[in-house]
Amino acid sequence: MSSPAVYGVMAEFDNPTSLVNAARAAREKGFRKLDAYTPFPIEELHEVLHLHKNKLPLIVLIGGILGGLTGYLLQYYVTVIYFPINIGGRPLHSWPSYIIITFELTILFGCISAVLGMMALNGLPMPYHPVFNVPRFSAASRDRFFLCIEATDPLFDLEKTSGFLETLEPTEVSEVAH
Amino acid sequence: MADEPTVLEKPDRAVIAPGYTFGSVTDQISAVVLTKHQPVFWIAAFGIGFCLLQLLLMSAVLLFWKGVGVWGLRTPVMWGFAITNFVWWIGIGHAGTLISAILLLLNQSWRNSINRFAEAMTLFAVACAGLFPVLHMGRPWLAYWLFPYPNSMNVEPNFRSPLVWDVFAVSTYATVSLLFWYVGMMPDLGTLRDRAKHLIPKYIYGVMAMGWRGSARHWSVYETSTLLLAGMATPLVLSVHTVVSFDFTVAIVPGWHSTFFPPYFVAGAIYSGFAMVLALAIPLRAAYGLQGLITDRHLENAAKVMLATGLIVAYAYIMETFMAWYSGNPFEQQAFWNRMTGPYSGQYWFLVFCNIVSPQVLWFKRFRTTPVLLFISSIIVLIGMWLERYMIIVSSLAQDYVPSSWSLFHATRWDWATYWGTIGLFMFLFFLFVRLLPMISIFEVRTLLPQAKVTEEVRR
Repeated sequence: MSSPAVYGVMAEFDNPTSLVNAARAAREKGFRKLDAYTPFPIEELHEVLHLHKNKLPLIVLIGGILGGLTGYLLQYYVTVIYFPINIGGRPLHSWPSYIIITFELTILFGCISAVLGMMALNGLPMPYHPVFNVPRFSAASRDRFFLCIEATDPLFDLEKTSGFLETLEPTEVSEVAH
Repeated sequence: MADEPTVLEKPDRAVIAPGYTFGSVTDQISAVVLTKHQPVFWIAAFGIGFCLLQLLLMSAVLLFWKGVGVWGLRTPVMWGFAITNFVWWIGIGHAGTLISAILLLLNQSWRNSINRFAEAMTLFAVACAGLFPVLHMGRPWLAYWLFPYPNSMNVEPNFRSPLVWDVFAVSTYATVSLLFWYVGMMPDLGTLRDRAKHLIPKYIYGVMAMGWRGSARHWSVYETSTLLLAGMATPLVLSVHTVVSFDFTVAIVPGWHSTFFPPYFVAGAIYSGFAMVLALAIPLRAAYGLQGLITDRHLENAAKVMLATGLIVAYAYIMETFMAWYSGNPFEQQAFWNRMTGPYSGQYWFLVFCNIVSPQVLWFKRFRTTPVLLFISSIIVLIGMWLERYMIIVSSLAQDYVPSSWSLFHATRWDWATYWGTIGLFMFLFFLFVRLLPMISIFEVRTLLPQAKVTEEVRR
């Protein structure tokens, strides 16, 4: 079984196609705890790693609805209950004039929840992560593509998994220390 | 076969020059930031911005000391330069959001190399815009009264007033622009963190990148978030200038009270915004040798958008005048007659020249692909759009219903000092941004490269 001494094994590739092929091969081999690191988003990788669904749209929907309610109820409370002004007998609940602020707060809350939701789902900010222990990893933000099989995967075995990654024609395979 | 659409491979008209690699793109863009040397252009532009910023500080101190009377504000023209500048600046900001959000949704990949600095332009233009209503208040230290909060005075803002709508629209716009800009920059901050040589920049970029590591799981959520942000920023940007135009249309002043102000204002905003994008992009790419990333194609596309929105603006001028005549309202007719033949007729015809006549040269391809001419053209449009707002605000207020209360507006030197001061603030912030942050989105430019495509789907 997995040894807690390492975080995982990482293979480096020099083009996106090799990475996508390697990720597909690893999935087919049965690995599930794996992640790829790339300098830009790769659509095919999302398919291979089954990453198409996430909860962000739901979070944004809830945020937007909350924002809309906040905007409308705030104006209702202020103009009808807290600070009613009778202007020539016009209705206090003047909903058409509430629409703009309701709309703006919907967008504001939706956008804030999109950003905070993205950070929460990604676990950011994260000051430390083991993958940065790989000396070559700084190239992941430049021109190299990495595939990491993590030690928590049930099929993980330091020797065998490294051997498997070697068969995928990477430029380098390295252990990821904790 | 029938339901399989044939994709015609269009020759990619140079969104990016050939010969770039992931590495060279990264190096070229991050080298602007990660160096001790700056081109003379940067030092000059930043220096001018810094000097003008001092002018802004000086005029703001004088304004706080003596009151808004140091500006040329006299009854009946109480909006003068301050609101003209506010509308002008906020309009300039709109092109940034258009490029970053609307063109993202429309899948226009050419936006990838200009969206970052256009968004920065938005942010700083909104900052300049936001200053004016606050300075114009007379007691700017009480600006927080604009927001509803529980207070011991037992009063609240009037939610039925467009001026309060404006507070919400502009502050939402500023916040969302900041968020969108920052989120878009996170992967690039990670790149800078990994490439910085010295400890302090490494540490600062590291904190700002929040531990971004380019994980595929992160990219997946990240892409969802940018799409959602773009989807929400699109109606927002259209609403902001609409709400700004409500400041005028909801009033009953002749020359303001018309229903087509919202689309007219939005088109004008994008018009002036693209002019500003060109005015920034053309010198920047020359100074930093970025012609391979900001190509002639980008300039040409921006010029086409400018021409299109310029035509909408021209249509709006014609319709505005036609409707004034056709309405049969003598006050509307008088207002427009005064604009064209009255004391402000010089400005009016100059603005017609700047906004309607001058952009017609953009029909010619040779003009659109000559950066120097394009730069001059965009400056003319910026002047024209400023005059348009000046015309709408000042000429309508100066001569409204009762001739006995007519009075002309005369700008003082402090009006001009404040205006040039905000141009200084804009340049100061913008060139600080160019110096400290990647002005072109590195990761989005990488996706433009041919080698970014996953070619074969071969299974091993």
